[in-house]
Amino acid sequence: MLREGQVRIPSGCAIAAVISKEGRMIPGDLIADAMVPMHDRSNGLGGGFAGYGIYPDYKDFYALHVFCDSRANRIACEDFLKEYCEVVQSERIPTRTVPEITDEPIIWRFFVTPLKSVLASRQLDEREFMARIVMKINTKMEGVHVFSSGKNMGAFKAVGYPEDVARFYKLDKYEGYSWTAHGRYPTNTPGWWGGAHPFTLLDYSIVHNGEISSYDANRRFIEMFGYKCSLQTDTEVITYIFDYLTRRQGLTLEEAAAVVAAPFWSTIRREEDEEMRRKYTYLRTVFSSLLVTGPFSIVLGFSGGIMALNDRLKLRSMVVGEKDDRVFIASEEAAIRVMEPAAENIWAPAGGEPVIIKVKEGAY
Amino acid sequence: MLINAKNLDHRGINDALRDTHDDCTIENCCGQRFIAAGMSDRHITIEGIPGNALGAFMNGGTVTVNGNAQDAVGDTMNEGDIIIHGSIGDAAGYAMRGGRIFVRGNAGYRAGIHMKAYEDKMPLLVIGGKAGSFLGEYQAGGVIIVLNLDTPEDRCVSNFPCTGMHGGKIFLRSDCRNIIFPEQVSTAPATDEDKAELRAHLNDYCAQFDLDLDTILAADFTVVTPNSSTPYRQMYVAN
Amino acid sequence: MGLDFMYPEFEVIRNMDRCINCHVCENECANGVHAFDVKRGIITADDAKCVNCQRCVSFCPTRALKIVKSGCELRENANWHHWTIREIYRQAATGGVLLSSMGTPNALPVYWDKILINASQVTNPPIDPLREPMETRVFLGEKPEKVKHDKDGRLICELPPQVELSMPVMFSAMSYGSISYNAHAALASAASELGILYNTGEGGLHEDFYPYGPNTIVQVASGRFGVHEGYLAAGAAIEIKMGQGAKPGIGGHLPGSKIDGDISRTRMIPQGTDAISPAPHHDIYSIEDLRQLVMSLKEATSYEKPIIVKVAAVHNIAAIASGIARSGADIIAIDGFRGGTGAAPTHIRNQVGIPIELALASVDKRLRDEGIRSRVSLVVGGSIRNAADVIKAIALGADACYVATAPLLAMGCHLCRTCQTGLCNWGIATQRPDLVKRLDPEVARTRLVNLMTAWRHEIKEIMGGMGINSIEALRGNRLMLRGVDLTEKELEILGIAHAGE
Repeated sequence: MLREGQVRIPSGCAIAAVISKEGRMIPGDLIADAMVPMHDRSNGLGGGFAGYGIYPDYKDFYALHVFCDSRANRIACEDFLKEYCEVVQSERIPTRTVPEITDEPIIWRFFVTPLKSVLASRQLDEREFMARIVMKINTKMEGVHVFSSGKNMGAFKAVGYPEDVARFYKLDKYEGYSWTAHGRYPTNTPGWWGGAHPFTLLDYSIVHNGEISSYDANRRFIEMFGYKCSLQTDTEVITYIFDYLTRRQGLTLEEAAAVVAAPFWSTIRREEDEEMRRKYTYLRTVFSSLLVTGPFSIVLGFSGGIMALNDRLKLRSMVVGEKDDRVFIASEEAAIRVMEPAAENIWAPAGGEPVIIKVKEGAY
Repeated sequence: MLINAKNLDHRGINDALRDTHDDCTIENCCGQRFIAAGMSDRHITIEGIPGNALGAFMNGGTVTVNGNAQDAVGDTMNEGDIIIHGSIGDAAGYAMRGGRIFVRGNAGYRAGIHMKAYEDKMPLLVIGGKAGSFLGEYQAGGVIIVLNLDTPEDRCVSNFPCTGMHGGKIFLRSDCRNIIFPEQVSTAPATDEDKAELRAHLNDYCAQFDLDLDTILAADFTVVTPNSSTPYRQMYVAN
Repeated sequence: MGLDFMYPEFEVIRNMDRCINCHVCENECANGVHAFDVKRGIITADDAKCVNCQRCVSFCPTRALKIVKSGCELRENANWHHWTIREIYRQAATGGVLLSSMGTPNALPVYWDKILINASQVTNPPIDPLREPMETRVFLGEKPEKVKHDKDGRLICELPPQVELSMPVMFSAMSYGSISYNAHAALASAASELGILYNTGEGGLHEDFYPYGPNTIVQVASGRFGVHEGYLAAGAAIEIKMGQGAKPGIGGHLPGSKIDGDISRTRMIPQGTDAISPAPHHDIYSIEDLRQLVMSLKEATSYEKPIIVKVAAVHNIAAIASGIARSGADIIAIDGFRGGTGAAPTHIRNQVGIPIELALASVDKRLRDEGIRSRVSLVVGGSIRNAADVIKAIALGADACYVATAPLLAMGCHLCRTCQTGLCNWGIATQRPDLVKRLDPEVARTRLVNLMTAWRHEIKEIMGGMGINSIEALRGNRLMLRGVDLTEKELEILGIAHAGE
């Protein structure tokens, strides 16, 4: 049977996120608990989390989280990295034995920084360079999969229910200023660790619920620009789209959201602000192949913030709530209530309306 | 207005031309294409070598080049004058429907290809020197004149002139004994009537290049005209 | 009679019980098939003149007529087919090149029919196109590769020129001359009403149709007929015709007999002269020369119009398209080998070129592999027959489709494939005033609008089924297609999986 990446596997899901606008630390078990009431939205074939601000001691280094099939592959990966980067730390990611989680690969992390000499000779921006290194490992190295590659952040994912995955990765030992979480309901049986969410590239992470109908149109466009959709998942392609639009094209998150969940032409025509009308028309015309259709709700995590976005018809559920400096997002209000029983201002963002929460400048 | 083309690309030159209605001189021109494309009301003088498609779709005005010009000069021009003091490249006057191209020197391959005429529009292409092969290919109208003023010992036109010609007229300042024409055209020595027509065509040309009209007309001229305006009628059978 | 005799291909069957000698058939047939036999007091038919255009059948008030195959064929031979032998007789008698009209009738593969479309079930929802927004609007033209913000952080929203279509279909090039004034009037006004574009073809733009300019593509072919400043300025886009699917490598040729007053005026050539546009533009012998023509048109129109380069689908089409994409062209139009024509040498029409489905798939892939797909829009034509073909073309990677035969049929064409005679009884491919008059531009316009409106509904229905509510999310979305009865190689070229995979 074909593995994820060799064939496209649709899946449904649960998502949740929390962030402190003040940049205060939030323990990882809070987000893990949020996933419990949404248990039935997953089927045990994938769960995962992303935490930001979790590696303050290594915050200037790219934290690469890697699944390896074998020790030899892990060593090959490390050797490859050393050709281009200084590797300041190389260690097994701590896990605890949990009966629900089995068949784990070797789960490793490297803290690295690109060698200045290599960067200079390649004439590449540091982030672009690291993105290419990750892309290269994931497409060219057999039995090695980098599933997290940002600075001062990390993704943790596995085949299993999210609450089990959290225990497996000892999430209670981490704290960060923001967290995202995902429980997966894929429509296949084998389940593959790399296929779980979040999906990441550099410090972008995406958790996503829904199956998009524009997948191949999006994929075939984005692959023109050096991305390789090796997993064939919606999450992967959406991550690349945001990386392309914000990092490579320099769009703001609001502008990127107006591409991915573009307003309908009839809505654009009705827009009274001339400048906005021009802008929506422009973005929709220029990036027409990056319009994402079909149901989705996503939470995009990045350094210093999160963005939540629904498809423009709002075919998936998503709720937002607040309390003090914290903002909560989840597929169901119940998840928010677990995190904060006294959450206020509970609201459901409209389709295509991005909810962007940023940590105040200097606090992350 | 003086336009220094030294650091301008074709769009820079044409933008400068579009911004003014004065007469312009373009200096230091070197290969910039499409100069005066689609323009109609300016007198433009060019110092240097204009690039291909000079005066394409031109609709009036004058372009004078004090030197040589490259390929596709006056492509589909509708009106106006293009005056080349040197020689001209290939496909000069492609499909021109009106206006005049005066070349003091030689023309390359396929000069006057697809030249047309329509109602009061009667294009004129005068070549002072020699013409290359396929002169007047598919010519459907208008007048082409080749004078061969500089090297009378050479043939005035190279191989395969007038292939597919089905309209218009060509005057060659030669008896044309050494030139092979295709079957679909007829040649005849110029009559007095033809000479009178030539005189009208060449008046401005001679004034432009300071040449003596009577001396030029004193030589033998051959007139080439198509036998039929529908040369391919018999080629097909309905299936 | 004798050596050149060929038994008529069709037989006119007249039911004498129904015939009322009303002479309608006689009046309707420009080919002179029907005549009144005074002696016998009945109408008779000369089968030899019949082209099976069904005009008489359609207008017979008592349904007394039908046209059938005569069936008098030569002895069966799988190698020397009856038709092949007749072609030889024709050529032996005349020495002429065989000339045919419309798209090839040969049984060559139609890949559209071997491609099936997806629909949503459970894992994501279909969308109800009648009650939910469903977008078919398309913008054709170059898209910038890098967007920019000004120093205040505002997005700079300047786009290269685009054309906007309400649906991804346009009426493709048919010149005034190859079709009638009334046919052009119908196409122009229907395009305008529909919010799409029609195409002048290479015969110029009649002065009456300048008001439809915003819905007009003006064509520039090698003969440059009717091309002048006003013409270039009139259109929404300019198309350079390099080739045509029905006759790749062959030029156009409108015989002098068809160049009458109005056509001569529109083409700006004298009456009665042949209008020859040879296969090559003689200023384009190489790809860099194409750039020269593209840019000279842009200069002549102050960069305000997108430039389309139309080529026939030939063997090396992917590389050719890549070259065109780098030539400054904004839109590439590719015409497949099943495309129609007013007249083309038979064997060129039937044997030269490749199917549009394969050409499209390989061009779209090549442009993406080279990272230049967004530099150009891709328009495909060459027998797009219905809304499903449009959907499949978009999913393979096209931005829009060109159609011509379908709109001709909508206007009354019965595909008798004798356009080259100029005696079209339906008033389309003719310049004879009495025949042209038969095509009522108002009626034809309504029928064109009906056809496109129906297609648009169907496109929305099929998109809705796939859970896609905007056409751009379908473009290049090959996962929405599956092949049946195709070889591994064909699937590989089409870039689609086999049904069941």
